[in-house]
Amino acid sequence: MHDFLLAFLGGTLLGLSVVGYLYVNGRIAGVSGLIAQVLSPQTLFKTPALWFLLGLFVVPFFYNMLHAPKIEITASPLMLIIAGLLVGFGTRMGSGCTSGHGICGISRLSKRSIIATLTFMFAGFVTVYMIRHVTGAF
Amino acid sequence: MKNIWAFLFGGLFSVGLMLSGMSNPQKILDFLDLFGQWDASLAFVMLGAIAVAFIPFQKAEHQQEPKTVYGEICQLPKNNEIDSKLLIGGLIFGIGWGIAGICPAPSLTLIGLGHYEALYFIMAMFVGMLIQRQMGKYL
Repeated sequence: MHDFLLAFLGGTLLGLSVVGYLYVNGRIAGVSGLIAQVLSPQTLFKTPALWFLLGLFVVPFFYNMLHAPKIEITASPLMLIIAGLLVGFGTRMGSGCTSGHGICGISRLSKRSIIATLTFMFAGFVTVYMIRHVTGAF
Repeated sequence: MKNIWAFLFGGLFSVGLMLSGMSNPQKILDFLDLFGQWDASLAFVMLGAIAVAFIPFQKAEHQQEPKTVYGEICQLPKNNEIDSKLLIGGLIFGIGWGIAGICPAPSLTLIGLGHYEALYFIMAMFVGMLIQRQMGKYL
């Protein structure tokens, strides 16, 4: 199956998932927000976030047995740490990430989310350009 | 029961990520590599996601008190301000994303797929979030 068709189909499953989380659990499936809720003892057991994250974490173990997706991680441990710090800090400061702003926010036609998505996409484009084409780091 | 649903939705989300190739950091970096190895896949993922989510989300947005199938009130964000936190936060997130090609959701799927080096990212992400929460009290 062509890459783009698979991408689109995979995307529809993401869409189904967030619609489900809204219509059944009544919340926006913004994964950075869900993680933040789980990192706080006050909210850890008070929201469905922990369960969504468990599903996100556990199901891949089983999926992998049926079909191991191709995964290439080129970043070194140090780069992974720096990236993680920035993603953690930035998603909380900006109140969202690709699932929250990119999927849910755009579907809501939220001006905040549209701007947020454009902003982090822009930063992503520039960063990769700098790393791959300017510094030639990899 | 609602928690089981939440678990299933999270699982479904991970399947969507894995099926579409979005759990592969290289594919994300290639999408962000506009002038190089450009791989438009992520755009099709977003298209697919929004195609499904748009009408249900719009329906909820336009109701006075959108309710879940269990009759509980949906918690939709009310903030509409475009402030510096949104923009700077977005830039910082985007830079981190562009370094490793990993964002919060896929980072968790990578562990189940046996890529334990993702733990460097995940632990650092938790730290980054906690630092922001602390700083948020003072800034």
